[in-house]
Amino acid sequence: MLTVEGLRSRYGRIEVLHGIDLTVTSGEIVTVVGANGAGKTTLLRCLSGVQPVTAGSITFRGEAFTSVPAHRRLKLGLAQAPEGRQIFTNLSVEENLRLGAFLFNDERVHRDMENAFNMFPILKEKRNQVAGGLSGGQQQMLAIARALMGRPACLLLDEPSMGLAPLLVQQIFDVIQGLKALDVTVLLVEQNAFGALSIADRGYVMETGQIVMGGPAEDLIADPRIREAYLGI
Amino acid sequence: MPELMQFLFSGVTVGAVYALVALGFTIIYNASDVVNFAQGEFAMLGGMIAVFAVSAGMPLPLAAVVAIIVTGLIGIGLNKLAIEPARGAPVVSLIIITIGAAIFIKGATKLIFDKQLHRLPAFSGDTPIQLMGATILPQSLWVIAGAIGVFIGLWLFFTRTLIGRAVLATSNNRLAAQLVGINIKWVMTLAFSLSAAIGALAGVLITPITLTSYDVGIALALKGFAAAMLGGMGNPKGALVGGIVLGLLEAMTAGYISSQYKDAAAFIVILMVLFFMPQGLFGLKSTDRV
Repeated sequence: MLTVEGLRSRYGRIEVLHGIDLTVTSGEIVTVVGANGAGKTTLLRCLSGVQPVTAGSITFRGEAFTSVPAHRRLKLGLAQAPEGRQIFTNLSVEENLRLGAFLFNDERVHRDMENAFNMFPILKEKRNQVAGGLSGGQQQMLAIARALMGRPACLLLDEPSMGLAPLLVQQIFDVIQGLKALDVTVLLVEQNAFGALSIADRGYVMETGQIVMGGPAEDLIADPRIREAYLGI
Repeated sequence: MPELMQFLFSGVTVGAVYALVALGFTIIYNASDVVNFAQGEFAMLGGMIAVFAVSAGMPLPLAAVVAIIVTGLIGIGLNKLAIEPARGAPVVSLIIITIGAAIFIKGATKLIFDKQLHRLPAFSGDTPIQLMGATILPQSLWVIAGAIGVFIGLWLFFTRTLIGRAVLATSNNRLAAQLVGINIKWVMTLAFSLSAAIGALAGVLITPITLTSYDVGIALALKGFAAAMLGGMGNPKGALVGGIVLGLLEAMTAGYISSQYKDAAAFIVILMVLFFMPQGLFGLKSTDRV
């Protein structure tokens, strides 16, 4: 579904991605784990088109994607719940969800919103409240729900567990695992390597702008180097 | 008493113009957090273009429509040529660009048209209407109706339409707006064309009463800015109320103190608002949780 080849990107003169190769197959949950500053967020920013790519290519569902503008990528099936949630803090919860389906104006918008409320009942309770007043966990739920309103074939999730209480982290990971049943392919970027690898099919390990290891998630969890460096075991 | 009514009428008329200019500020501010100081020039352009279209032989209604459309296109031009190339610059830089654009538009108008004062014929005659012991010009009613009509239109646009909310979303979070599929360049183009068109409407409506020339823009921009600040930047309701209150203050100052101090009213309002209630009458205190 998603193929990245030799992807390079820079901030000013400093290159932060030094040739990333990665594939995501339809129906999979793939995770990219790595420490803070490894370039995970930059990678996702390149995929969603808000960060310039200096070399390499992105192919999504067989189409060259590298130079497609950010606002057209969702229409082609790629959504992102970005780092730091990035919800519309001045609008209500319901308006945030409605804008998630900005590209659509049909019956299904209403149904999708009901599904989102079923997935996160707390959002239904707070549907008319200003989103800026939600707690961090609720904002994260809103960010995921809003991304799903865009009917993506593939969802990019950037650090959804960041800053959340352990109980909420588990809830968010459960939801991500449940996306499989909705036919949504997931690329999950996480610092919480153990949590991410335990719900993923495959994983990549990123260090200083490069993929240093990749394979089935259970192999990575079992790998002694990973256990020592990222899982703290 | 008739004196007070007379001041009220003239205050509401002038206030409606300030409200229209302030409503123009609202749209661009909502889309981009930029205060567009060329907003007054849009009003000037509306009046001037209508004047010259009429003198070229166009009927008044057609001239008004032409003035509004041409000014709307100039608004788009301003966005494409001056704001969009500076994408990513801090908001303050963009505001300074709009000040430069205002000076440029003023200079270009002086060259293309002339330096004279011009007037337009009133839309429905010049016979004053007697009302509660005072008189009001029919043109004043047009101005007031224009302000109320634009306010209702904008209020519906921002609260009831998806595109209106997309404009609000764009100013709140440009990254997220792009990620949900909003073309932020298009939103900016829309904001500038709408603002310019509303400014032009203000200019066309007021010219029969106050006359116009190439240099009326800056005063309108400052008064409109004071009105928008008073009401709460970004809120259509605030723009309308702020405009009317400011107009009334000016009329009362001119009537009961001295017309010499009329303009001071607006600037005292700006200072008071900035000192004591920077969010304005209807502005939301920001409630971001991080």
